[in-house]
Amino acid sequence: MNNKKEDKKVDVTNRQGSGSFYSTVVKDHFFHPKNFMEDETGYIADGIGMVGSPACGDVMRVWIKVDPKSERITDLKWKTFGCASAIAATSMMSVMVTENEGMTLDEARKLRPQDITFRLDGLPQRKIHCSVLGDKALRSAINDYLRKVGQTDRIEIEHGRIIDKVLKITDHDIEEAVLEGADTLEKVQDKTKVGTGDPSCIPEVEQLIRFYKEKYYGAE
Amino acid sequence: MRKNKQNVYLDHAATTPMDERVLKTMIPFFTEVYGNPSSLHAPGQQAHEAVSQARKTVAKLISAHEDEIVFTSGGTESDNLAILGVIKIGGADVKSRLGKDVIPHIISNELEHPAVLELLLVLQKRGEIELTLVKADKDGVLLAKNIAEEIKNNTILVSVMYANNEIGTIEPISDLGKLIIKNRKQTGLTYPLLHTDACQAAGYLDLNVEKLHVDLMTLNGGKIYGPKGVGALYIRRGVRLSAQVIGGGQERGLRSGTQNVPGIVGFAKALDLVQAKREKESARLEKLRDRLIEGLLKIPKSRLNGHAIKRLPNNVNISFMDIEGEAAMLYLDAKGVYCSTGSACASTSLDPSHVILALGMSYEAAHGSLRFTLGKSTTKADIDYVIKVLPPIVEQLRKISPVNLDMEYFSNGNKEKK
Ligand code: FES
Repeated sequence: MNNKKEDKKVDVTNRQGSGSFYSTVVKDHFFHPKNFMEDETGYIADGIGMVGSPACGDVMRVWIKVDPKSERITDLKWKTFGCASAIAATSMMSVMVTENEGMTLDEARKLRPQDITFRLDGLPQRKIHCSVLGDKALRSAINDYLRKVGQTDRIEIEHGRIIDKVLKITDHDIEEAVLEGADTLEKVQDKTKVGTGDPSCIPEVEQLIRFYKEKYYGAE
Repeated sequence: MRKNKQNVYLDHAATTPMDERVLKTMIPFFTEVYGNPSSLHAPGQQAHEAVSQARKTVAKLISAHEDEIVFTSGGTESDNLAILGVIKIGGADVKSRLGKDVIPHIISNELEHPAVLELLLVLQKRGEIELTLVKADKDGVLLAKNIAEEIKNNTILVSVMYANNEIGTIEPISDLGKLIIKNRKQTGLTYPLLHTDACQAAGYLDLNVEKLHVDLMTLNGGKIYGPKGVGALYIRRGVRLSAQVIGGGQERGLRSGTQNVPGIVGFAKALDLVQAKREKESARLEKLRDRLIEGLLKIPKSRLNGHAIKRLPNNVNISFMDIEGEAAMLYLDAKGVYCSTGSACASTSLDPSHVILALGMSYEAAHGSLRFTLGKSTTKADIDYVIKVLPPIVEQLRKISPVNLDMEYFSNGNKEKK
């Protein structure tokens, strides 16, 4: 796959009226998941990543093999505990990362949940959050690989920026709340309590909510 | 729906298909008997007569008087009317007895349907009521004694469901009713009242309000092979409620709005049909239920949620460790088996089943829970089909899952991961 990020404007969140909760592509990957780790024994991975889900306590594991010369990901295996969207999104990610000789580490690192959702022909709105696990687990596997080969300077730690100084709530926390479906300040506060101790951050929080809403669900 | 192996509907607790006989009874009331029951002319009076007949039927089936039945738009509305309706008058009573600052107290439990539980939590948050939620045991059984012990001098209402919609556990309503009556005799007060939501019970259990000793009882049509969007609230004579829907004063002023005549007629017919058959049907389904439970518990790392015997004849709820219920449900869907799950992933709020958590079970147990609710159309062949198709699905999903937890992890007390 070429890694050019053209922002095709498609409504990836709305499948209402299609008669089925999930798209045909989602169903295909859900019922016939590609590249999942059937048997770990004997599999030698160059990097392993693991993440937990923001919303429903789900877990995902990703194993990658990397060609050290080209830095291409030649193989990706995964396991996930989650719903149909989570399984389909991980399966699709494994295809996207390994197709056409595989993505380079840099390309793979830039893979966004929206790219996966797009290839899945959309996910129902309240299932968008399931698709963010995959690329996170992938980046964590890439970091693991870089650590193993001693290129620690290239590791990119994903740390949040603190927004609420009292409760130490980061932009990531707000992003996750939006992904879990909180689309107003009130709902984000229900989940995170942001701004209750430090009301001065509320305008910034509102801005972030708008930003993430647009990022994941498209413009209003 | 055509019935074959690929069409095994096991979600009767969500809703039931309508009985053809019910539909037949309803049809004339759409086109022929179309009058407004409040109109005094002949078409109006015809409709009025049909509603009265339905009211008589429902009253008779639950051993009540006609004037004790109020028709509503379903279970949620009936629950809301029971609770909100009691608060105003009961609250005034509490204030006049105990002082202006005392708010009314309501006793319920964590297993209730959201139509009761969410409402009570909202009222508590607003500071309108004091709320006590009594704990059930690990099978979801409440003890009447434990509930009665929570009664205080400002308690106006006790609300406990007759049978649970998720795990099918049957609660001791009659025992609770007796204790409440005893309490009222001792204090000489008219409160607390006892409300029960009998939506899931109506097809299988005895609804005699005299034996149950209830003051308020919720019923609905959509779970008993009747129409959706119609239900009733039984209100014992002498119990005063304030109306929640205000308007033309229909239903003795307790529920304004032109009556849903076809719905009401269909609801009464449906209740009549299920109650007439309930003992036979219960006995038939119990056998199938136990066959399904036995068959599914052969799957490794599985556990029955709810009580084995104090259980609705049509309810099976089992947790499978290490898998997520929505995925399992959709794999079953593809095989033509329709069930539901308590997984967070399948709920709009992304919260796992509050009922399974209230049993003291872990999030993982709720995540991996599947509920099969049997019904009239369910056959032994259906059950055997599920027993055949589910094990490979669980196996496949366990292969995809990175989770591999010990059985002890089912319960909340043991949070140590492997
Ligand atoms: S993984 Fe829980 S909703 Fe998708």
